[in-house]
Amino acid sequence: MTIVDADVSVAAVTPNGPAVSCRGVRKHFGDGEARIEALRGVDFDAAFGELSFLVGPSGCGKTTLISVIAGLLDRTGGDLDVLGERMDDLTGTERVLFRRRNLGFVFQQYNLLPALTAAENVAVPLLAAGMPRKEAVPRARALLDRLGLAARTEALPATLSGGQQQRVALARALVHEPRLVVCDEPTAALDHKTGEGVMELLAEQAVRPDRAVIIVTHDSRVFRFAHRIAQMDDGRIVEVRREVA
Amino acid sequence: MNFVALRMLTGDRSKYFGLVFAIAFCTFLLENQTSIFANILKRTASQILDVTDAEVWVMDPKTEYWEQTKALKDTDLTRVRGVPGVQWAVRLFKGNPVARTTTGRFAASFLVGLDDATLAGAPRRMVLGSWERLREPDSVVVDRAGYILLFPGEPLELGRTLEMNDHKVTIVGISEASAPFVSLPVMHARYSEAVDFLGRERTQLSFIIARPAQGVTPETLTERIASQTGLRARTTTEFMWDCVDYYLRNTGIPVNFGITIAVALVVGTVVAGQTFYLFTVENLKQFGALKAIGVTNGGLTGMILLQAASVASLGFAIGTGMAATFFEIFQHKLATRGIVLMWQSVALTFACILFVAVVASVLSIRRVLVLEPAAVFRG
Repeated sequence: MTIVDADVSVAAVTPNGPAVSCRGVRKHFGDGEARIEALRGVDFDAAFGELSFLVGPSGCGKTTLISVIAGLLDRTGGDLDVLGERMDDLTGTERVLFRRRNLGFVFQQYNLLPALTAAENVAVPLLAAGMPRKEAVPRARALLDRLGLAARTEALPATLSGGQQQRVALARALVHEPRLVVCDEPTAALDHKTGEGVMELLAEQAVRPDRAVIIVTHDSRVFRFAHRIAQMDDGRIVEVRREVA
Repeated sequence: MNFVALRMLTGDRSKYFGLVFAIAFCTFLLENQTSIFANILKRTASQILDVTDAEVWVMDPKTEYWEQTKALKDTDLTRVRGVPGVQWAVRLFKGNPVARTTTGRFAASFLVGLDDATLAGAPRRMVLGSWERLREPDSVVVDRAGYILLFPGEPLELGRTLEMNDHKVTIVGISEASAPFVSLPVMHARYSEAVDFLGRERTQLSFIIARPAQGVTPETLTERIASQTGLRARTTTEFMWDCVDYYLRNTGIPVNFGITIAVALVVGTVVAGQTFYLFTVENLKQFGALKAIGVTNGGLTGMILLQAASVASLGFAIGTGMAATFFEIFQHKLATRGIVLMWQSVALTFACILFVAVVASVLSIRRVLVLEPAAVFRG
């Protein structure tokens, strides 16, 4: 696939190294008495070709950690390499362009644009990269076809079921072939069966040797899809275990 | 991302139409009120502007506007004619006699007495008859609106008679005079007869109208006349603005209209601006998602500006169309004839709408730029 945006090159990292490397990552919000330590020195690796789960109770820092990894939040300490880039070395705009080229997002609430059709929603990352609409939308349709939504490409999000919306969101996260996909509670708003379907699709479509997938969830029913599960508590990784897929 | 911006804007039809019509009604209100205000003030000088023969008006030094006259001496005319640069100068009478029809219907009127020899200042836009027939004895030209006021429901017809100050006068022409500030008939007669139609006073000379000789500007001539005669001399345009200025300073019109225009401005701009701002705020989650996906701040700013520009342009166009339609309909009514949509009002309103769009955009852009993209993970 040719992405028009050439401001930031695709991160040149070999699949041999970790896609994401966190060492002693810290993040706090507020100051003084209002200071909250969200991350208290996190060590975490996400490998290429794997589904890495970040699990733990609400408020343990999972979402903060993926926000820092995705460059949506600045950390306050520690080292962070994402796809071989030290995020500290990037300016604000470079970080946005890095995200645009290398990251795909799946949100808990889908965050689809309600005025756009499913195919147009999927095409948004390509349009943001400067690809012409007449090229981007057909490409998005083709991906939706692969994800089993060929019949709903022109449907508005409001007319789609929760599972279908999450599949559209998944397609949007993958359409520009990012090296890192970050998913925040992708099954939380779905019933068990639909959530299973989405996870199966995620495991099937997202996992590639040159791509890492990080999933934040506390839905234990989908843990079986994980290659690696990092248990978080109180701003720290307390356990990492490898699962046999 | 222009396509995405426009689809976000038009996707929610009710919000979109609400935005467009808020701006359209703001535009309509502003153009309507400012045009009516300007046109009504212009009416205070209608009879000055209708005199197209002369470019210079000479009057008593204390005269401030058309309605306020103190008679000049007959010798003043000779003195004005003696000023270098005067091509010609003639007398002009203005009075307010009561005209009565044979059926007993009557109305106070504006009577303009024209120089007997030249008929300078005669109405040039005639609906029926000819201003040259004013040379006939006891004749007047009445404007169309005045005719309808005196003879309601009757067809325009020459030869009808009126009685003014015990004089029977015949209508020899019907003119299309500019609407006066007060809706009274506008009549023209010869000077020598006009003074009799009102009732003799010791002096009757209201104004002297003059035309500068070739190579002399009206402004230069007015300065010369003023310095050499001690009389007040104004160009037609200056005299028009004197009248407008007088009404602005001495009547409640500017205050009343000013309040209406200010309310229209405030209500229109606040509603339009707030609606657009709220539209952006309600879409913050979508902008946050776009920001996380990798749309730059510049890209988001461009999207918001495009949304503001398109909604403001459409609203302004619809509002201007509504205003134009309004004035097109009402300019054919007798009472509101001559009140038109002024390009100055359109330009002023455009500036206001542009200001609203810019302010609303800046506030909206600020909200989007400070938005933390990580917020999208918090649902």
